[in-house]
Parts: sequence; C-alpha cells; structure tokens
Amino acid sequence: MKKLISIILIFAISIAGLSFATRLLEPKYMSGILEGAMIAEYYEDPTDHNVVFIGDCELYENISPVYLWENFGINSYIRGSAQQLIWQSYYLAEETIKTEKPDMIVFNVLSMKYNEPQNEAYNRMTLDGMKWSKSKIDSINASMTEEENFIEYVFPLLRYHSRWSDLSSEDFKYLYHRDKVSFNGYYMRVDVKAAEDVPEGRPLADYQFGDNAYYYLNKLTELCKENDVELVLVKAPTLYPYWYDEWEQQIVDFAEENDLTYINFLKAQDEIGLDWSKDTYDGGLHLNLAGAEKLSQYFGEILSEDMGVPDRRNEENLQKYWADVINRYEAEIARQEANLEKYGSVHEPE
Amino acid sequence: MEELLTILGDLHPEVDFTTAKDLVTGGILDSFDIVSLISEINEEFDVTIGAAELTPENFASAETIYQLIKAKLDDED
Amino acid sequence: MLFTSYGFIGFLIIVFTIYYLLPGKFQWQFLLLASYVFYFIADPRYLIFIAITSVSTFFAAKHISDKKKSFEDWFKEHKKEYEKEERKSLKAKEHSYEKKVFLACLLFNLGILAVTKYTNFTIANINSILASLGRADTISFVDLIIPMGISFYTFQSMGYLIDVYNGKHEAQENLFKFALFVSFFPQLVQGPISRYGDLSKTLYEEHRFNFRTVSFGLERILWGFFKKLVIADRILVAVQAIIADTDTYSGFYAFAGAMFYALELYADFTGGIDITIGVAETMGIKVTENFIRPYFSKNIKEYWNRWHITMGTWFTDYIFYPISANQFMMKLSKKSRAALGNNLGKRVPVYLSSFIVWFTTGIWHGASWNFIVWGLGNFVVIMISQELEPFYRWFHSKVHVAGTFGWRLFQVVRTVLIMSSLRMFDCYRDVPLTFKMFGSIFTEFSLNQLNGAAFIGMGLTGLDYAVVFIGMLMLVMVSLVQRTGSVREKISTLALPIRFIIWYGLFIFTLVFGAYGIGYSASQFIYNQF
Repeated sequence: MKKLISIILIFAISIAGLSFATRLLEPKYMSGILEGAMIAEYYEDPTDHNVVFIGDCELYENISPVYLWENFGINSYIRGSAQQLIWQSYYLAEETIKTEKPDMIVFNVLSMKYNEPQNEAYNRMTLDGMKWSKSKIDSINASMTEEENFIEYVFPLLRYHSRWSDLSSEDFKYLYHRDKVSFNGYYMRVDVKAAEDVPEGRPLADYQFGDNAYYYLNKLTELCKENDVELVLVKAPTLYPYWYDEWEQQIVDFAEENDLTYINFLKAQDEIGLDWSKDTYDGGLHLNLAGAEKLSQYFGEILSEDMGVPDRRNEENLQKYWADVINRYEAEIARQEANLEKYGSVHEPE
Repeated sequence: MEELLTILGDLHPEVDFTTAKDLVTGGILDSFDIVSLISEINEEFDVTIGAAELTPENFASAETIYQLIKAKLDDED
Repeated sequence: MLFTSYGFIGFLIIVFTIYYLLPGKFQWQFLLLASYVFYFIADPRYLIFIAITSVSTFFAAKHISDKKKSFEDWFKEHKKEYEKEERKSLKAKEHSYEKKVFLACLLFNLGILAVTKYTNFTIANINSILASLGRADTISFVDLIIPMGISFYTFQSMGYLIDVYNGKHEAQENLFKFALFVSFFPQLVQGPISRYGDLSKTLYEEHRFNFRTVSFGLERILWGFFKKLVIADRILVAVQAIIADTDTYSGFYAFAGAMFYALELYADFTGGIDITIGVAETMGIKVTENFIRPYFSKNIKEYWNRWHITMGTWFTDYIFYPISANQFMMKLSKKSRAALGNNLGKRVPVYLSSFIVWFTTGIWHGASWNFIVWGLGNFVVIMISQELEPFYRWFHSKVHVAGTFGWRLFQVVRTVLIMSSLRMFDCYRDVPLTFKMFGSIFTEFSLNQLNGAAFIGMGLTGLDYAVVFIGMLMLVMVSLVQRTGSVREKISTLALPIRFIIWYGLFIFTLVFGAYGIGYSASQFIYNQF
C-alpha cells in the first residue's frame, strides 16, 4: 500500500512539474506580440455567432465586431491570427462548425498566395492556441515546416524550453490565466501613420495560385455547403501586400463557379470613405480603429441589409456579454490614446 | 627464474617482482614494458612468445611469466 | 539516426517494449532485426556492407575454427605415429593453411574499409603530387558511400577473427548470432569496439524485466543526454565560432577554443557512450566501459588507458603486439642492440612499432593529414615522456613532491593541456593552419583578449556560459564521487524522495537547459506585413 502511494505520488509530482515548466516557459503573448494569444480566446466566449470571420490580419485588424454589434446587432467573432495560412483557416472553420453553427463564414482571400508552410513562429501563434481535436492535428500536419516535429506541439516544452533565458515577470504573472487581448478577435490600434506613395506590386513570374491553396479553398467551400453555412469571400481594402489583377480574376472566377459572394473592398474604398492619411496605423498595411470602424459600417450594411444577418440587440444574455466587451473596448481606446499623448506611442515604454 | 627477475628488475627497479601478483591489471607493466620484456626473454632464453600469448593473465606475475617460458622450452611437440 | 533525435528516442521505446514482451529465446533475434532496421533507416545501402563483413568473417572464422578442431583431434590420435620433425612440419602445414584463410578474410574486409574511407584521400594526395610536379591533369574524386560505423564494426569483426585464429575462443556457430555481434545497434554509431569474448556473455541470453537493471540503464542514458545536450551541444557553438574565424580568434581565443573543444569532445563522446551502455543495460546487456575519467590522468600513456579504452586496447592487442612480437622485430632488436648498444638498441623496435600504431590510429580517426599528424603527435609525446623517465626519477629523488596534491594537480593539468593542444589538429582545416593557431597562443596572447564581450560574440550568452559552467561542475563532482565506486549505486542507497529529486531534477534540467530544438526567442518575431 505504501509502495502504491509512493508510485502515485511520484507520477503526480512528475507530471505536475512538467506541466508547471511548460506553463512557465510557454510564450504568453500578453504584451508586444498579442496575436499569439487570440486563437485561444475564442473558447472562453459564448458560441452562438451569426458571422465568423476566419483569416489573417486583413480581417482581425480591419473589422470591429464591437462596431457591428453596436450598430447592426450582428453577433460576430474573428478567428484570426498572424499570417494564417489557408489550411489553417480551413481547419479553424472545421472546428468552428463543429462547436457552433454560424450562418456565415467570411474568409479573406489574401492567404491564397501561400501554397506551402511558411514560418514556424506564425504556425505556433495559430496552432498553439487551438484546443486539441482532429482539426488541430490535421492543421499541424498541414502546417509544419521541415524543421518542426509534431511532438513539439504535443509537448510544447520541447519547443519553448530555450526560453529559460528570456523569462520575465510576465511569464510568472500569466502562469495560470491570461488577459483578453482582443475584442471578439479584433486587434485594436488607434494611432495613425499615413500611407504615402504605396508602390505598385512587382511583376511576378507566376500569378497562378498554387494547387495546395486551391485544394483547401475547395475544401472550405465544400465544408460550408455541406453544413449549410454561407461562405463569403472578401479582400480587405488595405493597400499592401499588393493585390494583383491576375489574382483578382482567379477569385472572381472561383466565386462564380461555386456560386459564392465575393466582395473586394479595395474597389469600394471611396464608398467606404477610407482616408489613407488617417485610417491606417502602419502606412496602409492595416487599418487603425477609425478605418476598421468605417469598413465595419460599410460591411455591416451589406451583411444586415443585403444578406439578412439578424439584429440580436434585444437578446438579454448577448446584451450582457457585449456590454463587457464594449467596456473593455472603450477602456483600451482610452488607454491607447492616453499613451499616445504621453509617450507618442500606444505602447508603454519598456 | 633468477634471470627473469633480473630482467624485470631492470625494467622497474622500484617493484618487488617476487611478490607482485597483478603486474598488468595493476598498471605496473604497460604495453611498452611487455614488448621490451619479450625481446629480452627472446635474447636470454631463445624463446619466441607470440602476440596471442601477450595476455594480462600470462603476464600477471613473475611466476606466470616463468611458466610461459618454461612451457615454451618444454614444448616438444 | 542521431542519439539526440526524437526518432531515436521513439525507436528505443518501441524496441524496448517489444524486447520485454517477447519470449526470452526470441530476444536476441529481435535485437538483430532491430539493428538492421536501425541501419536501414540510416541508409538501405549500408546493409550490404555490414552483411558482407558479417558473412565473410563468420564463415572464415568458422572454417578456421573447424579446421583447428579436427586437426587437433586427428593430431592427438595420430601423434605417436610421427617423428618430432614430421610433427612439426604437419603443424606448420596446418598453420599455413589457416593463415591463408585468415589473411584472405582480413585483407578483404580491411580492403572494404580502406576503399570506402581512404580512396578520396589517396586521390587528393596523388593530385597534389601531380600539381607539385607541374602537371595540370588531376584525378577526379569518386562518390563513395561511407557506411555508418564501418570503422567500428570492421574492427570489431576483425578482432573476433584474430581471436579465433589465435585459438583464443571457438567460432560462433550461428550466423545470425554473429551478425548481431557485428551490428548491435547501440554501438553502431560511435563504438565502443566490443570484444566477442565480452559482449557474447550477455548478448544472447534471455533477459527478464528487472527493475533495478532497467532503472540503472535509464539513469545512465539520462546522464548521457545531459552531457550531450546541456554541455556539448551548447559549447559547440563557441567552438565552431572560434574555428571558423581564425583571423579574429587567435592567441588566447585559440587556447580557449582548445579548452572548449576538450570539454565539448569529452561531454559529447562520453555522453554518447553513456547512452550506448545505458541502452544496452536496459536490455540486460553489458557493454565494455570506454572511459575512466581520462582527464584525471597523470600522463599521456595513462590517458590513453582511460580514454576510448576499447580502441586503445584494440590497437595494442591487434597491431602493437603482433608487430613488435614478430620474428622480424626480434631480429631487428638483436641487430640494433649490436649496433647501438643495449640501452638504446632495445628501444628501436618498440618505438618503431609504436610509430606504426600511432600512424594507424591517426588515419583510423579520419582520412586526412590532420589526423595523421595528430596520431604522430601522440607518438612523439609518449616517446618523449618515456625518455624523460630517468630524469623524473632523478628529479623525484632530489625533490620530494611526488604524491603531494600539488604535484598530482600539475600532472593532471599537464596532461589536459598536452592532449588539448594535440586535439587542435582535429579542429582546424589543415595542418599548417593548426600549427599557426597553436603558435598564436604564445605569440599573439594578450590580456585584452580576456573580455566577456568577445566571448558573447561567439554566439553564446552569459547565461549559456553559466549553464556550461554549472554542467562542468556537475561532471567534475560526479567524477570525484565516482572514484570510490558507481555513483548510481550510491544514489540507489538513498531514501526514495532524495533519489526522486536527483533523477527528476536531472531530467528537468536536461529538458530545459539542453541545447536542442528550434532556437526560440519571442523577440525574434518581426511583425511584418501579415
């Protein structure tokens, strides 16, 4: 009996120690690079969204679900992450459909330009936050670069152990909890850096999207059809990375063949009312809050008027939930503006 | 036996070879010593010791070395 | 498959599990299969080479062994019928036949080794001779594969062949058992070079799961990983930086590089051997020790008795003794004594054999002049220390320091410094550069070079050096404790909680501070256009 207890105790302590080491050494993404924390936040929120946006920064920095709620009563969420590749979007969509069944999934098509796994750090930011499921396993397998190993996703300590020399107070503070960094997936910036003479895209050798990218776009289309979810393709209005006409044509063709709605916001810049001297915080790569709210106004009208996304502002539990998000939203605006005034930057000096 | 002890004494004056029992494993005789030794023995007793016989067991003590030489000398076959 | 890869660990777990699930009589057969799978994963073409060596050596040895036995039986019965002279000639005839078979097999296998390993080295040398003769034509290099571990398994097989030929033991009767002896996977990558007499004692036995043996094996493996991952692979970064930029890193840095390399090589090599021996131990198989705290040696000779032991004894038993004990050397000894006097003359054959051994040792380590010069450097140092022996004897009769701690420390430091200097041949591109860098330690040494920033510039942070230093302290501590017996044995007598803390602590330490995997630092993320 004594032996049994000591064996159990040894196992318990061993596992506890490993899990502690893992928690401690995992990157927390609580300051600086917040994007790594966004995927995981989804699971903590109620899952009854009418619209789920899935894609890269062209969604999560350009559309504000808070604005959509306040002005159109649209209950939405952005499952976005930095350089989210199309297979990662696909598996996020698969997981989303399994967890809830949104009426609509909006996918941003810029990531069609990537046909192969790209960058380990971005893979990590998209994949680490996902809960374990078949979708996550498949997504890992589709995303791994050559230097990566599956086991490093199962035991993140194998990957992050070398962070022992970078540990900071943040790592201890966020051992067992995280703060929310996004607003239903939206990454907010209030500062302005005007876009000046954005260069034309350099000619490419080949404009054809890759087979692998198409494979997943087809899969995404099918997935949505099978589950009776409307798939909407969009291209964000941001100026850079350059969106080639040849690419545009391929997406237009694809949408037509598959009977999908495709909206290229680049072509609607004037109607949206984007002012590139005010509405971007990094010279035209991403919109700032002002820009995102303009785009949300434009898109919100389309969603509720043309596509019939319901206004749910009368639902009590949603009201309560959104009141919280709006509070945080307002506080973040205030914080960033105060910082901007004090330090000339939205970040506090380190 | 006397001649053998003289040869050994020349190699390592500081060792008492009449009592030492672990010449090789104890690190007294190294490979250089063993090779010098067999060439001395070859000279003195006109006996050829082959490489295969250069084992720690055969060179453990003066006594075992002497047995080896004697076996060679008696080798009538 | 590197020892420090996920693949190897996965392979081990599978092999280990199946090994203990199988009935005992199938265990060795399974190990053979596992070893061939291991080799197959590395490169399927390797299998042909190891199979050829296994089969040829097996049949040659068996043939010799059978002939020996039948001749002896026959000879015992018919001995009386012959005169002494006739008996001698019968024996000689038999012996010469065995010798032919033996030599054929030996030369065949060493031939494979020589061709795969040394063809391009030979071509390079011929080309440089041609060039120095002013000829523009060169021989092009051939693209040969060098099977993993060929030096180790060839030597291991040839040791067996020689032992059987010398009648030390009978030949193995089962081809597959012999094939396992040649290919046993834990020692395929970097040795040790086991003797048949040693390894066969436990290799073919049935082994039931024994908690103590298995945990001892696992502890040894963990210690090996600690040495390799925490110390060797980390300090390697600085070693490579120093070697790569000889203009910047000369003088004191070259010295630091040599010391770092001494640490790196020790931790890497002994760590690898720990893993090998540990893996075998978890399966109840005993592999010969290859190191006995070599950096505590008093002199170079002793060092070579404690570093890479199985290689040293192999060269002694199978090259040094046969060369120095043969008829020619005996005659040479007589002649040189006559010509040079007894004292000097008797050393000629010993030194000549020693020269050959060290030349061979050098080239065995690698097909390049660096290794040959390294080998001969060892020979020179050993010869000098041999010649200095009377001086030391005289010195100690005058000055009574022998046996004091200070003197022993001096001896140990001297050994480490000499061996580290010689090992610089292992580091730098070619022989002249090595000499230049060695020289720079004395000519370009300056105290200005003793600054931390320069060492940080080698790609390691201050914290990295701290980890290496702590790791090194642990090595030294363990070595000191080891002098009075097995450390694992000692730990096993401690109370369970303490044992747990030690091993689990080492495990976590290795896991966290090991230099493996994709280097990560959050600051590396450059948020660009996505």
